[in-house]
Amino acid sequence: MSRESALVTTQWVEDNLDTPNVVLVEVDEDTAAYDKGHIKGAIKLDWTTDLQDQVRRDAISSEGFGKLLSEKGVKNDDTVVLYGGNNNWFAAYAYWYFKLYGHDDVKLMDGGRKKWELDSRELVSDEVTRQATTYTPKPADLAIRAFRDETVEAIGTKNLVDVRSPDEYAGRLMAPAHLPQEQAQRAGHIPTAANVPWSKAANDDGTFKSDDELKDIYTEAGVDWSKDTIAYCRIGERSSHTWFVLHELLGQENVKNYDGSWTEYGSLIGVPVVLGDERGEA
Amino acid sequence: MCGATEGGLSLDGIDVAKEAIIQGQVLRGGEGGEPVGNAYVRLLDRTGEFTAEVPTSASGHFRFFAGDGDWTLRTLAPKADPVDVRVAAKTGVVAEAVVAI
Repeated sequence: MSRESALVTTQWVEDNLDTPNVVLVEVDEDTAAYDKGHIKGAIKLDWTTDLQDQVRRDAISSEGFGKLLSEKGVKNDDTVVLYGGNNNWFAAYAYWYFKLYGHDDVKLMDGGRKKWELDSRELVSDEVTRQATTYTPKPADLAIRAFRDETVEAIGTKNLVDVRSPDEYAGRLMAPAHLPQEQAQRAGHIPTAANVPWSKAANDDGTFKSDDELKDIYTEAGVDWSKDTIAYCRIGERSSHTWFVLHELLGQENVKNYDGSWTEYGSLIGVPVVLGDERGEA
Repeated sequence: MCGATEGGLSLDGIDVAKEAIIQGQVLRGGEGGEPVGNAYVRLLDRTGEFTAEVPTSASGHFRFFAGDGDWTLRTLAPKADPVDVRVAAKTGVVAEAVVAI
């Protein structure tokens, strides 16, 4: 993968609003945002209902993904362009799903909804419906998804990248600061994890920094490019953003997103946790 | 969830005594000015690192749940330069800030 194949600009999207086989998909944390205004022709995916198993805590299955995209009117050979709020956190999360289930041509709109708004580009509130399709997903590609045991085994052996804010990493905050802080699990981080907040990869307007800047950021943070990498955050969406940077923009192989992330790890019994700004030891 | 609801989450059902809340309003021209409903407010920590971001509500309001200490609010809006406002937060206290763009 590369920047050219994984990313499009807001201008590219505006120029391709009516291009056949280009499907715009908005994915927001605040699911009301789409209803108040979205890019013309964009459909919506709701990460809480569409992308999560509604009984157990898990991603939807391959079969569920196929059913979802069939209902939404997406075809296997469509070019899917994802965008959303929060600097594309949830759009990157959805992008990771599309890759998890083998969609060939998927892209992120650089800067997401914020960039589109700051550019003063048009949002509409029209209802968008697409004719249902028969979408055939592939089995989950577990080369890009990490589970908890593999994450525990990675302590001291692989790159662990904690992409939360420094205060969450150190245990001074339990959640991003736009959310209440009371949580059930313990605060802190996984021993040996480097703290590279997702936001270091983005400019203020939400667009990604240049490849050279990105390489420097992770190198300076101590990421060993010869090792496999697992990225995590709190629930797996900010780490999808970093997974996108490392795997899709920089073309780094063997990068996984640990979508259980801190809400799982910080609730486990018997695993090591480090408090404070230091990485800690294996 | 990790959601950034416009204007920040409502305080309904939240124990305010346990939170260090920073909230306020973005106004074009400052006090008495027109509320800016399409701005983005970022919360930066004492080192300038991003901690959170919310879009403002239709009335220009925003809210964060921070920790004790000093923070910076960086506001981005269409056709305006970014504006930084410093604010101190304390558990059990609601810190109010007006951002003039």
